[in-house]
Amino acid sequence: MKPLRIRNLKKKFKDTVAINGVNLEIEEGKITGIIGRSGSGKSTLLRMINRLIEPTEGTIEFNDIIITDIKGKALRKWRSECAMIFQQFNLVDRLDVLTNVLIGSLGRNYSFLNLFGYFSKEEKINALRNLNRFELTEKSLQRSGTLSGGQQQRVAIARALMQKPKILLADEPISSLDPKNSKRVMDDMLKINREDGITVICNLHSLEVAKKYCDRLIGLSEGEVVFDGKPNELTADISKKLYDLDDE
Amino acid sequence: MNEIILNSHNKSLIRKKRFWNISLIAIILIGIILSSIIIDINSSNLLNGIPRLGDYVSQILPSLESSNLFLSPKDQGSIAYWYFNLPKYLKLLFETFNMALLATIVGSTLALFLSFLAAKNTSPNSLVFFTIRRILEFFRGVPEIIFAILFVWVLGIGPLAGIIAMTLHTTGSLGKLFSEVHENSNNKPIDALKASGGNWLSEMKFGLLPQVLPNLISYVLLRFEINIRASTILGFVGAGGIGQELYLVINFNYYEEVSAIILLIILTVISIDLFSGYLRKNIIGVEND
Repeated sequence: MKPLRIRNLKKKFKDTVAINGVNLEIEEGKITGIIGRSGSGKSTLLRMINRLIEPTEGTIEFNDIIITDIKGKALRKWRSECAMIFQQFNLVDRLDVLTNVLIGSLGRNYSFLNLFGYFSKEEKINALRNLNRFELTEKSLQRSGTLSGGQQQRVAIARALMQKPKILLADEPISSLDPKNSKRVMDDMLKINREDGITVICNLHSLEVAKKYCDRLIGLSEGEVVFDGKPNELTADISKKLYDLDDE
Repeated sequence: MNEIILNSHNKSLIRKKRFWNISLIAIILIGIILSSIIIDINSSNLLNGIPRLGDYVSQILPSLESSNLFLSPKDQGSIAYWYFNLPKYLKLLFETFNMALLATIVGSTLALFLSFLAAKNTSPNSLVFFTIRRILEFFRGVPEIIFAILFVWVLGIGPLAGIIAMTLHTTGSLGKLFSEVHENSNNKPIDALKASGGNWLSEMKFGLLPQVLPNLISYVLLRFEINIRASTILGFVGAGGIGQELYLVINFNYYEEVSAIILLIILTVISIDLFSGYLRKNIIGVEND
């Protein structure tokens, strides 16, 4: 199995360095948690993997493809293989849940007819099957804006599955959810990792959750990797340093 | 200690605000005085002219007689006599209505396509953004009547000139309004579409359009009201519709016909305003459920 390789990745915004020379290899089929306080560059790192943010320097490689070099169709194909869920769920509130899930198929199976709101029967069945996995079938014709936060995030996961991805990037997926919904969303991510073998790379704020669900943790501080190891290797000392408690 | 600092800071904020408020009022007052000097508002022309306005209004009023009100078009003093030309008016009014409708439909379709290119957050690059913005400004900046005169000269007298003139203006103003709606939209759903590998068209169709559609429809209906009014005026320069007839009867001093046509136009505009206002309210109401 070929890992996702990140080499000497850097990102500079005007006068701040968000990511400063990150080298990582992320194995397939595992849940990797990226931890660190806000502003440590977690989100920037994740968004460079699917190129929502362009790196200033360095390369990302997957299956012998240099992700950081591709353009146009190849880039869209990569993005569809590498799904993302967001802190704010990023659903289209005014559209119903089913359409929101169907949107996930656009990158993989696009036809001009989609622009007129047409989706093929197979894709609709796919979408309903995915919704059913997260017990959301009865919500499928409701506007997604009327759902609770936890439900919206699970719709977002169903949308991500529509892409038939190899990797799932999760950018602070539970930061705006209560503990009960957080658990449900994390359980669902664990489920798709174990059942479908999808590699999960997940930004997390909460150390507790990260230790519980992740196979491997990567600690970021000021754009640099300061910890890389199994959850049980993360000592109190390191986590204190990671969150820089007395620095504020 | 903190309280004292807070208080003095607060006071200086209030002082600053007061200064700006007073300056603003002063600037507006000076503006009013200057402009009334420039346009010579005190001139005797104005004072002497006002009574003539009354004269004209009384001349164009129909001479209706209460006993003959509902008699045939041949009897003086009847409504039918006043509106003897009604079939022609209605035909021209229908033409005006259609001019406005066609210009609104074509104009807002063009505006929709251009607006994506003219909004900062959806434009593919800054060159396209800049160019389309300037083109829209040109279409919006040139008054409809100038376009109408130009196209009457090019295409001859008739409604086509008016339709093209209004279409261009509608494209310009709606294109700008639409693009501002796009700029105020939430870019998160668009991010999600991009991240799922969707192309630009599907980003617009699924990420942006559902958010902005109610606003766009509301603007289109408002523009339709404006175009109905505009298309009556365009007739004055030969661009078709009821305006052309109005211009004729004014020039030939067919006084009673002037009031007949104006009343018809006012009624049409009011009823369309009411209807589209009702529609707009309903669209926004439904969307806010």
